[in-house]
Amino acid sequence: MTAARHYSEALGTLKEMVLRMGGLAEQMVHLSVTALAERNGELLTGVRPMETQVNRLHVDIDEMCLEMIALRQPAGGDLRFIAAAMKINTDLERIADQAVNIARRAETLLSVPPLKPLIDIPHMARIADEMLKNALDAFVDGDDALATTTIVRDDEVDQLKDQVFRELLTYMMSDPTTIPRAMELILVSRGLERIADHATNVCEDVIFMVQGKDVRHQGP
Amino acid sequence: METVNSPILKITELSAWFGANQVLRNIAMNIERNTVTSIMGPSGCGKSTFIRCLNRMHDLTPGFRLSGGIVYDGTDIYSDPIDPVALRRKVGMVFQQPNPFPRMSIFENVAVGLRLNGKNMPKSELAGRVEQSLRMAALWNEAKDHLSRPGTSLSGGQQQRLCIARALAVEPGILLMDEPCSALDPVSTGKIEELIEELGERLTIIVVTHNMQQAARISDFVAFFLMGDLVELDRSAKIFTNPSDKRTEEYITGRFG
Repeated sequence: MTAARHYSEALGTLKEMVLRMGGLAEQMVHLSVTALAERNGELLTGVRPMETQVNRLHVDIDEMCLEMIALRQPAGGDLRFIAAAMKINTDLERIADQAVNIARRAETLLSVPPLKPLIDIPHMARIADEMLKNALDAFVDGDDALATTTIVRDDEVDQLKDQVFRELLTYMMSDPTTIPRAMELILVSRGLERIADHATNVCEDVIFMVQGKDVRHQGP
Repeated sequence: METVNSPILKITELSAWFGANQVLRNIAMNIERNTVTSIMGPSGCGKSTFIRCLNRMHDLTPGFRLSGGIVYDGTDIYSDPIDPVALRRKVGMVFQQPNPFPRMSIFENVAVGLRLNGKNMPKSELAGRVEQSLRMAALWNEAKDHLSRPGTSLSGGQQQRLCIARALAVEPGILLMDEPCSALDPVSTGKIEELIEELGERLTIIVVTHNMQQAARISDFVAFFLMGDLVELDRSAKIFTNPSDKRTEEYITGRFG
């Protein structure tokens, strides 16, 4: 095999690894929130083994990126791709961490009677999930337009988080015995908001990868 | 009057031919004062021809023809009153193979330019200039105790630094270097690269190189040539992270051809 072919195959493998990791993170979020919303604790059993896989990929992806930088001295689009992969790698690992947090809180919440039917939290989860999915698609296809439209959706998630907080605050004020459950739910919504933030970071990295333009910290 | 901030070289619509074969096509670029510019591109793209145009090294090449303008500090270097020998004092050159004058001592190799240029300077001043040039070329410490030995007794990397010292002795404004490290081992290459970076703060350096990592390490600007065209000239960081032209991208990522 020629060195050039080996290199382009390695770039392909790297992309595939990031995608696999993203898919796992996505599934972990989905399982955690569904378990909570549908009060189905069995769904949570899959989350832990997935976290182990994600952690493994987290290390492997960084190692592979560093190796390619050291051995191939990538430039131009290849360099931006590898830099993006390293950063996206970090965001995906954090997303998986947040999913594990949500799973833990779900476990706690499932052991007590429900505080209220959940509407906004599953809604938040759907948007965060879509954002993550779009971010990964944008990464795979180098689709900066999709990344750009996805970033905007972060505001919806932020608004829902505030809404969840306000609503649960009224519960806690009217009945202090709801505080432990309400707090868990507030932390779940915060986790989802963080997941959307990480998906936004991924989108920003995709835009950098495609255009070579850094769009971070340019909001109002 | 040219100011300190204006480009030291202004090249406009430069085309060059060897016989019927056009090797440079409408090259236009400015070279900023006290910067290092690398000329990069695949074999046969015209890089060496280009830098040789800058000190009229092709003047005696049969069949060579050139059009367009090369203006050095406000003067067109191909205009009539320009003496090519005087021009080459201002625009020095270092070649791929170290080429010290074989029968001359280390000292003489550096002093020869000053003598040939008709400068009848006192011995002590001459010695001072030789020392200064050898220091600038980072060779003084290694050579100061052996100045009377033949230049060719030095190692390859030292010989190349001797050639740089020789070029520096006549105080050029521009130093052209044609693949100055390709005949050297990595340690000698590192020394020459360090030297280029240092000298780049005091004079203008234009380097032809095949080695992209070297271009990235040493230069402020990189010009990418392809089949006689200047494809792109930009800051090195821009060229190696986000070049504007697809052909540059293909070249730097190794997907060329």
